[in-house]
Amino acid sequence: MKDVIFNVFVLMTLIPSLWVALSSNLVHAAFSLLFTFFGIAGLYVLLGADFIGVVQVIIYIGGILVLIVFGVMMTERGKLLPLAVQLPGRLLASILSLIMLGALFLAFASARWPVAPFPGEPEPTSAAIGELLLGKYLIAFELAALLLLAGLVGAVLIVRRSVRGE
Amino acid sequence: MPYSLPSFLVVSALLFCLGMYTVLTRRNAIGILMGVELVLNAAGLNFVAFSRFLRAPDPAGLLSGQVFALFIIAVAAAEVAVALAIVLSLYSRMKTIDVEQFKRLQG
Repeated sequence: MKDVIFNVFVLMTLIPSLWVALSSNLVHAAFSLLFTFFGIAGLYVLLGADFIGVVQVIIYIGGILVLIVFGVMMTERGKLLPLAVQLPGRLLASILSLIMLGALFLAFASARWPVAPFPGEPEPTSAAIGELLLGKYLIAFELAALLLLAGLVGAVLIVRRSVRGE
Repeated sequence: MPYSLPSFLVVSALLFCLGMYTVLTRRNAIGILMGVELVLNAAGLNFVAFSRFLRAPDPAGLLSGQVFALFIIAVAAAEVAVALAIVLSLYSRMKTIDVEQFKRLQG
């Protein structure tokens, strides 16, 4: 049963991401990115990471994807760009990607993982994640907050300057 | 595929390579951003899968992989905000987001 659900989520992740890579329409690519993010959220939940799954839906789909679609709508204005590079570049890119894939598979095949069964059934993880965030990883947590603040201010500043500067 | 660690690694490797291909072939700056999102998602999936399947050295750090996935999501949010600001600012200046036109920094 778990295998079936796993395979459904894998197909839901990989087929749309193939479309993201190959589609000639940027709006279609953004829309299939939605299914990819949902599939990955499903895989997270299947792995017992309920909190990360919900955060994935809220931030990736509710935030990042909306921003991307907004960017597509703001910039396309009817005239269609040639979406991909010329054929030699595409050939080179696919060869590089396949080499990368082969190297990753070789690494997986040669490594020995200390696989252990997870202790018990997955439980709600939010309390344990909260303790880790405010305990062991407190400095990284604060740095992430600082990074988000800097990103916010930086984004506003960049766009403002370009609007005013001309 | 069975529900096991190698299957998750294969899925995230495929996702990573699709994202890499997208980044390398798109001429549209926002298309490149989508590829970066695929790559970041592949990394997060790996972290969560490892935290589920591998033996943790100390029981207190059992969910460390999930915390790292959370940090990846935070970094991705900051990255996409700044990147879209840059893209929109370039668009208002040069009226295009075709990255092959952005050659001013080439020297």
